Amino acid sequence: MNTAPWSLWRAQVLAILRLEIKKNFLARRGLWVYLLALGPVVLFGGHSLVMLRHGRACDLGRDNLIFATVFQFFYLRLAVFFGCVGVFMNLFRGEMLEKSLHYYLLAPVRREVLLAGKYLAGVITTSVIFCTSTALSLAVLYLHFHPSVVEQYMNGGGLGHVFAYVGTTALACIGYGGVFLVMSFLFRNPIIPAAVVLVWESLNPFLPAVLKKLSVIFYLQSLSPLQPPVKGDWAFLAVLANPTPAYLAIPGLLLVTAAGLFLAARQVQKLEINYGAE
Amino acid sequence: MSGQEREIVFENVSKFYGEVLGVNRVNLSIPAGITSLVGPNGSGKTTLMNLMTGLLRPTQGRICVLGVRPDQPDVLFRFVGYCTQYDSFPRGMTGYQFIYSYLRLYGKTHTEAGELTVNALERVKLTDAADRKIAGYSKGMRQRIKLAQAIAHWPRVLVLDEPLNGLDPLVRAETITLFRSLAEEGLHVIISSHILHEVDAISDQVILLSSGYVVAEGKIHGVRTEVEEHPMQILIRCARPSVLASHIFELDSVVEARVHNDGKGLLIRTRDPDRFYLMLNRLVVEGVDLESVAPADDDVHSVYEYLIGPDGGSI
Repeated sequence: MNTAPWSLWRAQVLAILRLEIKKNFLARRGLWVYLLALGPVVLFGGHSLVMLRHGRACDLGRDNLIFATVFQFFYLRLAVFFGCVGVFMNLFRGEMLEKSLHYYLLAPVRREVLLAGKYLAGVITTSVIFCTSTALSLAVLYLHFHPSVVEQYMNGGGLGHVFAYVGTTALACIGYGGVFLVMSFLFRNPIIPAAVVLVWESLNPFLPAVLKKLSVIFYLQSLSPLQPPVKGDWAFLAVLANPTPAYLAIPGLLLVTAAGLFLAARQVQKLEINYGAE
Repeated sequence: MSGQEREIVFENVSKFYGEVLGVNRVNLSIPAGITSLVGPNGSGKTTLMNLMTGLLRPTQGRICVLGVRPDQPDVLFRFVGYCTQYDSFPRGMTGYQFIYSYLRLYGKTHTEAGELTVNALERVKLTDAADRKIAGYSKGMRQRIKLAQAIAHWPRVLVLDEPLNGLDPLVRAETITLFRSLAEEGLHVIISSHILHEVDAISDQVILLSSGYVVAEGKIHGVRTEVEEHPMQILIRCARPSVLASHIFELDSVVEARVHNDGKGLLIRTRDPDRFYLMLNRLVVEGVDLESVAPADDDVHSVYEYLIGPDGGSI
């Protein structure tokens, strides 16, 4: 077994993904994750339909800024955030509650490999849901514009923005996934870690430079292609004075995630099955 | 192979759930064959099983299963199967999918996992229900599908927590036969059960637990012999028990002799069974006619009553 652990681990991770992904997508308790993801699609779709009905079109640049605002304030800070709470907090805890986690722990799988498999399943689930939602939101947003306007915008850098939004959404799932996975080992009630992390992320603008880097939103804000047009007293919440370049923001976010996964790996080593205590 | 590589070894193992005692200072060496864990609810049977399979970590002490520590699941579960008492399953799966999916975690290919799954289902006689959802299974079927999952990879150590629960008498008998055949193949089969007469019938050795402590371990006869405060009961079947009684009362070691309820035998209690059997041989040579001689309390039930008490839980 020790001669080729990577091929065995890969096979085991694939086996875990086969078990987990279907479960994650079809979990009844995950219904609200879909509702969170569908919210912006319905919002922008409704806007486009109203415009189409009245035969009017908005200013594309203005709509893009509105989307940037919704993306930063709703998508990243609420939808993806709480979506990751719902999926990643339940990867182990949900199976504890259903009393079926022991089947995994009674298989010849290293606990770290199990963690990696479950985490990947969570990332795939949330990324598919929220990246699809992001892409769909943009698609329906541009629905009421004349195709030539949209084509011109896409050729002039708009397509890059679309990829940046989808990529940032995926990175948000990766980052928040790592954070909430480790939290799931430390707290039984998901409300507590969700509240703690939400406050921490919200306090980010007030934190010293070093502590700012210990958050997910700090990097995600830098990666958003457009900054929201927030002015006045609340501008500091959305506008980064010194955005981190992508080549630093992406590794930074991955480092924060890796730290979360490292801590989660330590916790999973100590994990015991004691369903009576749940 | 050293002794540790052939046995399941507990060295001074304790487990506390906070301040609640699970098991305390357990020292055991479990050889191959069928070993039964016997004790009332809360005596520590499941804790002991969870400790040897790594589902729980000992607060102190050391455990080795055929030379492997339970915190090495990637090695341990290549040769260990555990059928737990938890009556819960991953949602939405059929019996086949349940066994197949977890076999893929062993690194088995699709074909290998499929063949092992079919074989395991055949062994527990669930082939016909393989494609039905587990949620629709009866209690007995759920018990059997768990058993199939535990034996699907042909383990050398099989740990079974209350495996006969919910099985009807016919399936129960078949399952016991399966355990016996596995033990004859050289497997370590560890069973916890509340049904003492079944434990008695199938066990090569027993471990008696009470309040987290091992109160006795070994072969039933050996354990019984060590319970010196309770004289051994022997039932002698003969045509004229009163005549036999007059001979037997001459022995110092016999503390009680009474005619059996049906009047066709003598039930005696002796503190020195070896000497008693020798004396009995002499009587036979002298012409006393005996039909049969057998220990009357050399079973798990009696040992359990002597060591733990008749009201030691929900047995």
